[in-house]
Amino acid sequence: MKIIVCLKQVPKNDSILRISETGDWIQDRDLTYEINESDAYALEEALQLKEKHGGEVIALSLGPARVQSVIKEALARGADRGLHLEDPAFDKLDAFGIGAVIAAAAKTEQFDLLLTGLQSDDFGFAQTGVVAAELLGAPHATIVMAVEVAEGSMRVKRELESGYFQWVTLPSPAVLTIQSGINTLRYATLKGIMAAKKKEIKKLDAAALGLDSNVLAPKQQIRRVYFPQKTKLTEMLEGSPSEVAAKLLDRLANEARVF
Amino acid sequence: MASGILVFIEHVDGKINRASYEAVRAAQLLGAEIGQTASAVIFGESVSDAAAEVASRKLERVYTVENQWLKSYTADGYAQAFRQVIEQLQPTLVLLCHTYEVRDFAPKLAAALNRAFIGDCIGYKVEDGAPVFTRQVFQGKLSADVVAVGDAPHFASFQIGSFRGEECEAGAAEVSAISVNLDADIIRQQPEERFKEAKAAVDLTQAPLIVSVGRGIKEEKNIEIVRKLAEALGAEIAASRPICDNEWLPMDRQIGSSGQTVSPKLYLAVGISGAIQHLVGMKGARTIVAINKDPEAPIFEVADYGIVGDLFEIVPALTAEAEKRKR
Ligand SMILES: Cc1cc2nc3c(=O)[nH]c(=O)nc-3n(C[C@H](O)[C@H](O)[C@H](O)COP(=O)(O)OP(=O)(O)OC[C@H]3O[C@@H](n4cnc5c(N)ncnc54)[C@H](O)[C@@H]3O)c2cc1C
Ligand SMILES: Nc1ncnc2c1ncn2[C@@H]1O[C@H](COP(=O)(O)O)[C@@H](O)[C@H]1O
Repeated sequence: MKIIVCLKQVPKNDSILRISETGDWIQDRDLTYEINESDAYALEEALQLKEKHGGEVIALSLGPARVQSVIKEALARGADRGLHLEDPAFDKLDAFGIGAVIAAAAKTEQFDLLLTGLQSDDFGFAQTGVVAAELLGAPHATIVMAVEVAEGSMRVKRELESGYFQWVTLPSPAVLTIQSGINTLRYATLKGIMAAKKKEIKKLDAAALGLDSNVLAPKQQIRRVYFPQKTKLTEMLEGSPSEVAAKLLDRLANEARVF
Repeated sequence: MASGILVFIEHVDGKINRASYEAVRAAQLLGAEIGQTASAVIFGESVSDAAAEVASRKLERVYTVENQWLKSYTADGYAQAFRQVIEQLQPTLVLLCHTYEVRDFAPKLAAALNRAFIGDCIGYKVEDGAPVFTRQVFQGKLSADVVAVGDAPHFASFQIGSFRGEECEAGAAEVSAISVNLDADIIRQQPEERFKEAKAAVDLTQAPLIVSVGRGIKEEKNIEIVRKLAEALGAEIAASRPICDNEWLPMDRQIGSSGQTVSPKLYLAVGISGAIQHLVGMKGARTIVAINKDPEAPIFEVADYGIVGDLFEIVPALTAEAEKRKR
C-alpha cells in the first residue's frame, strides 16, 4: 500500500514566543523547530503499516526550505521518499489553503492512505486532514487510535469523549487523522540516517500543482495575536528553592487547609 | 437573503450533549449584539423529544432533520444533510460547540461549501458590526483574534466551557421539520457501537491530593523525584497525556479530556504547560499549585499558587520540607 504522511514543522514546544512587529503572528527568527507531536505518531503508524502490509511511505511537508529537515528525519526513520511543497504563495495559508495544497499534491500519487496528525501545535486548526479529504472526495476518520487494514478497506478505532471509543470501517483510499499515543515512536538509527541521504525529495510549487490564487485566497484572517489576560489571582511564591518550599507548605496548611 | 444564526445541537440517541447549550448561549449573546435571530438544528432518525427540550430555550425555531441515514452519526451523513439544510435556510453564521463530533464533520462541511470554519474559539468580540472570534494558538500560550473572509455562511465552534449553557434565556421556539435527500451510497463510514475500555485500575476521582507530572520532567527516570514528592505528601501521582503516551506512567493516571476528570483538595502540577485538554480534567480542584519554569505557561492562569523555576530544584526542596514537617 502507498501511504502519504503529512508532517508539519512547528516551533519547539518550549520556545519563547515573541509577537511580531505586525502584531498578527510571532517573530520567527531565532526559533528552533521540531515535528508536530501527533505527526510523529502518524509517521510511526505509516511505517508500521508498511512493515505489516508492504508498500511505500511518502513523507510530505509544506513550508519553506527549513521543513526539509523534517522530511529528512522521516526518511531516516524509514520513509521511502519525500514531497516538499514550497512556494511563496503558501506562506500564510489557513487550514483550507493548506488542505487544498496537500490534496493537490496527494492527487499526483495513487495513494491508499493519507495520514495527518489530529492537530498542529502552533495554529491548532484541527482541520487540515479533513479539508484535504473533502477536496479529494475521500472518506475520513478523525482522532484515530488503531488502524487495521484489509483488502480495499480499513477498520479504525476512533477516540471519543469521556473515555469512549468506536470502531469505524471505511473504504480506501481514505484520510485518517492520528492521535498521539497510538503507538510507540522509534528513533532514527545511524544506518537510517546514512540511507536517507540517497532518498529522493521531490519539490512541488503552486504551478506544478495547478493551484491558482483563487484556491489559496484566505477564508480566515488573524487580526492580532496577544498574550491572554490573566483572570485568576495567582499568588506567585518567590525565593530560593527551600524558601518557596516552606512558603508553599505554610500556605497549603494554613490558608488552603489541604492537610 | 442570507440571515440568522444556526446552532448545531449534538446528541447520542436523543440525549443532548450539554455542550450544545453553550453554543446556544453564544448564539443568543452574539445574535443580540449583531441583530440576528438564532435558530437550532438537530439531526437524527427520530429527534422530536430532543427538539422539544431545545425549544424551551429562546430561539426563533428548532429544525428537526429526520432520516434513516442519520440514525447514527457519520461524518458523511451529517455533512451532506447539514449542507442541504444550509442551502435551504441560508444562515449567515453557523455556531457549534467544539466537540470531537464537530471536529470530525465541520471542517468537511465548510470545505464542501468553500467557506471559513473558525474552530475552537474561546469567545468573540464585535468590531464594526461583525463578529471577531478569539481562538487559542500555541496550545493556549497566545490568543488570536480571527475574522472570516469571503461570503456567508461562516462557521465557528466554541471550546467547551467558553459559555455557560445554564444561562440560556428561556423561550418557546417553534419546531419545524426539514427534509433532506440522503442515500446509502454517500455514507462511506460504517460505525460500530461506542464502548469503554476495561475500567481503570486506579480511580483518581476520589483522591484528595494529587501530584501530577508533565513533559517538563524530560526523562522517564526523573519521574522518581515526583513520585518521592507524592509519597512525602501522601498524594496520588498523575500525569499529562504525553507522559502516558510515552508509557512512563500507565494510561489510567492520565488527567484531561481523554483521561480522568478529578477535583481533589490539592492538585500540584509539575512541568505541565496547561493545554486546554489538560485543564478540563483538573480545573475543578479546590487548590491548584503550578511549578513551571515558564512564567507565561497557561497553567498559571488556573493556579492559586505559582512557583516559577526549575522543577529539578524545587521538587526535591519541597520533598525535603514535607518530610521535615512530618517528623
Ligand atoms: C483531542 C485531544 C485530546 C487530548 N487529551 C489530553 C488529556 O486528556 N490530557 C492531557 O494532559 N493532554 C491531552 N491532550 C494533549 C494536550 O493538548 C497537550 O499536548 C498536553 O497536555 C501537554 O502536556 P504537558 O503540559 O505535559 O507538556 P508540554 O506542553 O510540553 O509542557 C511542558 C511544560 O514543562 C515546563 N518545563 C520544562 N522544563 C521544566 C523545568 N526544568 N522545570 C519546570 N518546568 C519545566 C515547560 O515550561 C512547559 O510548560 C490532548 C490533545 C488533543 C488534541
Ligand atoms: N504545513 C504543513 N505541512 C504538512 N502537514 C501539515 C501542515 N499543516 C498541517 N499539516 C497536517 O495537518 C494536521 C492538522 O493540522 P491543523 O489543521 O493545523 O491542526 C497536522 O497534524 C499535520 O499532519
